[in-house]
Amino acid sequence: MKITRPEVEHVARLARLALTEEELGRLTGDMDAILLYVEKLNELDTDGIVPTAHAVPVENAFRVDAIKPSMDRELVLENAPEQGANGCFRVPRVIE
Amino acid sequence: MELIDLAIHEMKEKLAGREISASELTAAFLNRVARTNDRVNAYVTVCADEAGKAATDADRRIAAGGAGPLTGIPIALKDIFCTRGIRTTCASNILDGFLPPYDATTVRLLKEAGAVLLGKLNMDEFAMGSSNENSAFGPVRNPWNPERVSGGSSGGSAACVAARQAAGALGTDTGGSIRQPAAFCGVVGLKPTYGRVSRYGVIAYASSLDQVGPLGRDVEDCALLLQAVAGHDPCDSTSIDTPVPDYRAALDQKVRGLRIGLPEEYFIDGLDPEIRGAVDKAIETFRALGAEMVPISLPHTSYAVAAYYLIATAEASSNLARYDGVRYGNRIDQGAGLLDMYQQTRAAGFGAEVKRRIMLGTYALSAGYYDAYYLKAQKVRTLVRQDFLNAFEKVDVILTPVAPSAAFGLGEKLDDPLQMYLSDIFTIPINLAGTCGLSVPCGFTGEGLPVGLQLVGRPFGEADILRAGHAFEQATEWHKRKPEI
Repeated sequence: MKITRPEVEHVARLARLALTEEELGRLTGDMDAILLYVEKLNELDTDGIVPTAHAVPVENAFRVDAIKPSMDRELVLENAPEQGANGCFRVPRVIE
Repeated sequence: MELIDLAIHEMKEKLAGREISASELTAAFLNRVARTNDRVNAYVTVCADEAGKAATDADRRIAAGGAGPLTGIPIALKDIFCTRGIRTTCASNILDGFLPPYDATTVRLLKEAGAVLLGKLNMDEFAMGSSNENSAFGPVRNPWNPERVSGGSSGGSAACVAARQAAGALGTDTGGSIRQPAAFCGVVGLKPTYGRVSRYGVIAYASSLDQVGPLGRDVEDCALLLQAVAGHDPCDSTSIDTPVPDYRAALDQKVRGLRIGLPEEYFIDGLDPEIRGAVDKAIETFRALGAEMVPISLPHTSYAVAAYYLIATAEASSNLARYDGVRYGNRIDQGAGLLDMYQQTRAAGFGAEVKRRIMLGTYALSAGYYDAYYLKAQKVRTLVRQDFLNAFEKVDVILTPVAPSAAFGLGEKLDDPLQMYLSDIFTIPINLAGTCGLSVPCGFTGEGLPVGLQLVGRPFGEADILRAGHAFEQATEWHKRKPEI
């Protein structure tokens, strides 16, 4: 077994996903099979190989630190499921 | 010949010569969509009013002598591109009701070039899939056979072009999502080099792999579409500031003396004999055109799928963390607090494949596993990339099949995710390497299903593969065949 059911439940918590019993069961099997498959990467000796985070060589894509207008607040809030006072997104209470 | 059968380059001539009007063209395509979409399901949203207005505008511009490179040309977009004020779903329930407050850069560029937007196209949810069966709006059906998949994730884009529901389309390609559906649907599809086209406003799946690209009836149309959208964008810090060549002009160069590499790892036993047959014939065609075939090796090919499904899923788990019900889309608030809102919203909004990839990616990045999985995969990525760079010292273009089989049946691979993932075996390495790949039709199976040929170029070598693809088209007729629908 590459991954156990409790580990899958832990990952679901990290991923903020409320999964059903059926989903948890199925995912445990799927992830186990996929993790078994990706084991083949260990056939390769990668000591000293620099990891590729970016396929095309580019560094430090900077711009001049000058203020430009941002998106209009009203536009930003247009899709809000709930708007609060003072032009904010309203969400369930965070601090008790 | 009907208006909808014209290629973009033919439309441009007729529009310039006042033989047809942009309004007629748009009306013809909207009519075609209305008559055929229930059988193909390529369109999620049709923008009839906006398209009509844009077409009228285009006619005015043409009459005044101010036509741009794509003025009046009816285009459709994979529903992954943010289009201001037009519903954008990414084929997911979690973005229900979302109206982007801005246009993606590529959308803005198409509009500036004068293109008419017909609508938004079906896809695999959040670009995760190889069959367009993972959509909240139902699967796309292959126009050549309605019981077969269109391929994915840009299945709507490929099917739309094949079914003559638009003159051309834009899609995205992260592991093959333009090239594979293009091959399955018998159209041309191009994944440019990473950084060639802006990703600003394109809903992100895997940020180090995603790339925007065109799908069209022929190579010239793809060259025209690429020309309109390629280039540096200050809004996308991963876009590369390097000059954009004249892709149309590059097409006319001959392929005599072009060195074409044939990687042994792509011509293996598991390859469908009909695919093999079609690709072998294509190799003969290139030989007859004077190209030089060079046997090469890309030794780390068999590790690419494994590396991809760690890197892409890891990046996706991060990119999809934003779908939490706070700022847009669906929200499920049971009054049980913020954490519960996140968990319920995401559980209800995401489909099964998306959840699977988020889970895999989260695990690969989690404490204690990062080194063994994500970091390891990134190191293997370096080896895959190096394979290509080494090969391009000996050849100009690499020729391979696009997919190990033609379009499979709807539902056929849904039970085994790994089987589905392996259908991207020939396209994934190109995304890992960050370089460009073109899919061109090169034949049909005995059952009448299209077969695609992949031409891979060195980074920013789009001109080479477009030229090779164009030469191939001039010598064959595959791209001229159309489905009966």
